[in-house]
Amino acid sequence: MGAQLRLLRRRITSVKSTAKITRAQELIASSRIVKAQQRMQAAIPYEREITRAVTGVVSNAASVDHPLTVAKDNPAKAGVLIVTSDSGFAGGFNANVLREAEALRGHLEGRGLSVVPFVTGRKGVGWHTFRNREMGGSWVGFTRKPAYSDAKEIANTLIESFKDDNGIDEIHIVSTEFVSMLTQNVVVKRVLPLEVEETEATETTTIPPYFEFEPTAADVLESLLPRYVESRIFTALLQSAASEEAARRRAMKSATDNANELMRVLTQQMNQARQAEITQEISEIVGGANALADAAAGKE
Amino acid sequence: MVIAKTVDGEIGIMPQHAPVLGVLVEGGVLRVKREGESDLVAAVHGGFISVADDEVSVLAEAAELGSEVDVAAARDALDRAQASIEANQEDSDAAVEAKRARARLRAAGEEV
Repeated sequence: MGAQLRLLRRRITSVKSTAKITRAQELIASSRIVKAQQRMQAAIPYEREITRAVTGVVSNAASVDHPLTVAKDNPAKAGVLIVTSDSGFAGGFNANVLREAEALRGHLEGRGLSVVPFVTGRKGVGWHTFRNREMGGSWVGFTRKPAYSDAKEIANTLIESFKDDNGIDEIHIVSTEFVSMLTQNVVVKRVLPLEVEETEATETTTIPPYFEFEPTAADVLESLLPRYVESRIFTALLQSAASEEAARRRAMKSATDNANELMRVLTQQMNQARQAEITQEISEIVGGANALADAAAGKE
Repeated sequence: MVIAKTVDGEIGIMPQHAPVLGVLVEGGVLRVKREGESDLVAAVHGGFISVADDEVSVLAEAAELGSEVDVAAARDALDRAQASIEANQEDSDAAVEAKRARARLRAAGEEV
């Protein structure tokens, strides 16, 4: 009985220290979400403007044939940028992204394309190396706080491969979209070749029917498109960073809750065990005393 | 009025300007002339200027307001860039650095 009591005490101590760690992680994550969200907000105007500019050029200069806008006739390879995180402890965050990436892979292979993964984040890279999957490129070490130069580096690699005749013919991004503190969705987006999106006719800020270009439409497009890709990747990285922290906060919160619940159950068990031990001791003493009393009575 | 420097040369945009999309030069100075206020000057490195719906938006890879430029740091950067250009004529990174530093100094109202 005594051994069980000691065992329970030890478990309670260990659960308690785990709960302390997860609680601290939860608090750290919550404070980081705010910062990540601010960075995300700060990048929104740039992305909005650049998207508007690209829409303006592409819808105005339909005659411009730029390698980055035209879908190749026989696409053979597709590049998929998979945005994961560097650190774990974030619940299903990375698993969800990788699952979606696998689904996209299957879909693309169904179209007869071979898939080249480009991966950011240690978890995604580890996942690919473990399976001996060849990667077109991998970047680690900045997922918590992505800088624009990181997005630029990724974009350059992708665009170079896209321009190369033997390189990739399509660029997709699999990342996590930050909707709110509670909702983050894994999204798949095709970045290049540009997708024609039907905009609502009711929109008040319609793009004017013509644009003048300095110097020419082709030149503008030439320098605009890489910026556009960079901006899309940067947004994906920022959203993923915010989502990672949100997912971590949630995972750590449920871990803390579980630990507290476990502690409650274990404490109850421990009290029961202690009570049982005391009861047993008392009954032993009473039994012993009775036996002595009976023996004394028998002698008389 | 907004004055910017595109690869084709300087462009001045007045209200009601026709829609334009221009590529900005590396290390240019952007000037916004305002009524009743002093000019807003910024050093702008690369990027685009787009005019649509009577709205001018400037998308730059890096930009700094003239009033926020650290003049000493910019001078220092310019000196360093020029030193490395003298040491190596084909140092294109240094040339860009020098251009940027000059734009920052000009934006801050310094003579270069």
